[in-house]
Amino acid sequence: MVVARLTAAVICGGAKLLTGVRAVWCGCSPEPRRRVYFANHTSHGDFVLIWASLPAALRHRTRPVAGADYWLAGGLRRFLVERVFRAVLVDRTPGAVPAGRNPVHHMAAALDGGDSLIIFPEGTRNLGEGLLPFKSGIYHLAKVHPEVEFVPVWIENLGRVMPKGSLIPVPLLCSLSFGQPLRIAPEDDRTSFLARARAGLLDLAPASD
Amino acid sequence: MTAQQTLVAVFAGVFATLLVASAIAALLRWRLAVGAASATIDNLDARIKAWWVMIGCLAVAFWIGPAGVIGLFAFISFQSMREFISLTHTRRGDHRALLWSFFFFLPLQYFLIGIDWYGLFSILIPVYAFLLLPITSALGEDTTRFLERAAKVQWGLMICVYCLSHVPALMTLEIPDYEGRNALLVVFLVLTVQSSDVFQYVWGKLLGQRRLSRNISPSKTVEGLVGGVLTSTAAGVALWWMTPFLPWQAALVALAINVLGFFGGFVLSAIKRDRGVKDWGHMIEGHGGMLDRVDSISFSAPIFFHIVRYWWVP
Repeated sequence: MVVARLTAAVICGGAKLLTGVRAVWCGCSPEPRRRVYFANHTSHGDFVLIWASLPAALRHRTRPVAGADYWLAGGLRRFLVERVFRAVLVDRTPGAVPAGRNPVHHMAAALDGGDSLIIFPEGTRNLGEGLLPFKSGIYHLAKVHPEVEFVPVWIENLGRVMPKGSLIPVPLLCSLSFGQPLRIAPEDDRTSFLARARAGLLDLAPASD
Repeated sequence: MTAQQTLVAVFAGVFATLLVASAIAALLRWRLAVGAASATIDNLDARIKAWWVMIGCLAVAFWIGPAGVIGLFAFISFQSMREFISLTHTRRGDHRALLWSFFFFLPLQYFLIGIDWYGLFSILIPVYAFLLLPITSALGEDTTRFLERAAKVQWGLMICVYCLSHVPALMTLEIPDYEGRNALLVVFLVLTVQSSDVFQYVWGKLLGQRRLSRNISPSKTVEGLVGGVLTSTAAGVALWWMTPFLPWQAALVALAINVLGFFGGFVLSAIKRDRGVKDWGHMIEGHGGMLDRVDSISFSAPIFFHIVRYWWVP
């Protein structure tokens, strides 16, 4: 327990030192509500940055959603993902997903338990600019829990700190922009909700070159 | 007075000025109606507090000695370059160039100043980094906006590392009859140029009418600029006794570095304007980022270094 807490403190401190991360709450404020934070995915460190930037009270009730295939391989990763981050582990192998092991089911269960979530609707790291098309998990989750707020979070610069294939990070300044929360409306279908979520996230991105 | 005593006296004077400034700010706040808020006074308070911290850090660095000044400016360069590169888009192909910039060229530049190897520290970045970094970027096989990206990295290194490193480089100059007093040259430069910023702000608030440049600096005025540069040049002349210059020489030098200091802020504002931001960062409350504070020094330091070197070092 103590080791987990200490590791969490070290990780948060390290992330803030390396990236000088600044959380800008432009569309909402850090209230202790059940929320699903959804963000653009450019680096393995994405959820760590969001998680580390939340105020401590919110951080203890916010769980990142992570891929079981990657994180359960190896003792250190297991420790980090289960004890330190308290992540919701989902099975990402497409196709063979038996009933009850559905990712949305796991995420909804976490929300039932009163926790907030951090998810990445693009599904995989985007190595280019802009956003990849969203996967539908976020839509299905919103349908199961229509009362929960979905907060877009734009992560800036983290993809440049340690791009794919590099070992040493460049100490650039990263920023997190927390935007206007959205809720699924009764008339929303998959396309319209995903479009709204995508637009909400793109709105937070700074003007590109 | 020995150099050490002069330094202590100068810093005492600066702290006394800060006390007066804090008192004036407190007075202005007290005269405000109870409960009323004023963004200007809040900003003034934040700026003065930040000045206390910055002058304090400078004092500690001088107390430690030349190593302290080098260490302080290495940190300032590091933070400034972080802010500069963060705001200018580079791509994955530039990752190695950035690593070289942060972890090789920056420490090497300051190390060379530490060992006083003028022949190399004066050309390391304009020649070696300029040639070698585009090579690493080209090897990254990404040609999208290649020239732009290579130029951005070089600019970052030049402004944030090369130019700023000329401040501690002043400590290496061998000026006859001025041995051991080089720290005062650094103080002269920093005080004159930074006071120019402060006076431009004050005169701008008091008398500002005609806008200087709508596109680049919406809040700067002609009155602020002229008043600020003239006042800070006068301040530079008033400090002639701690430099190797005669009063008329101090006036010309101070004028040169103040004008350059203004243009340093101006050019970097043009870059910020293009990115659509007002500040380079948020490290220093009331001022913005580190680079917002040292942009004027970055333009004036190399010129000051070379003026002194050309005219006063045989």
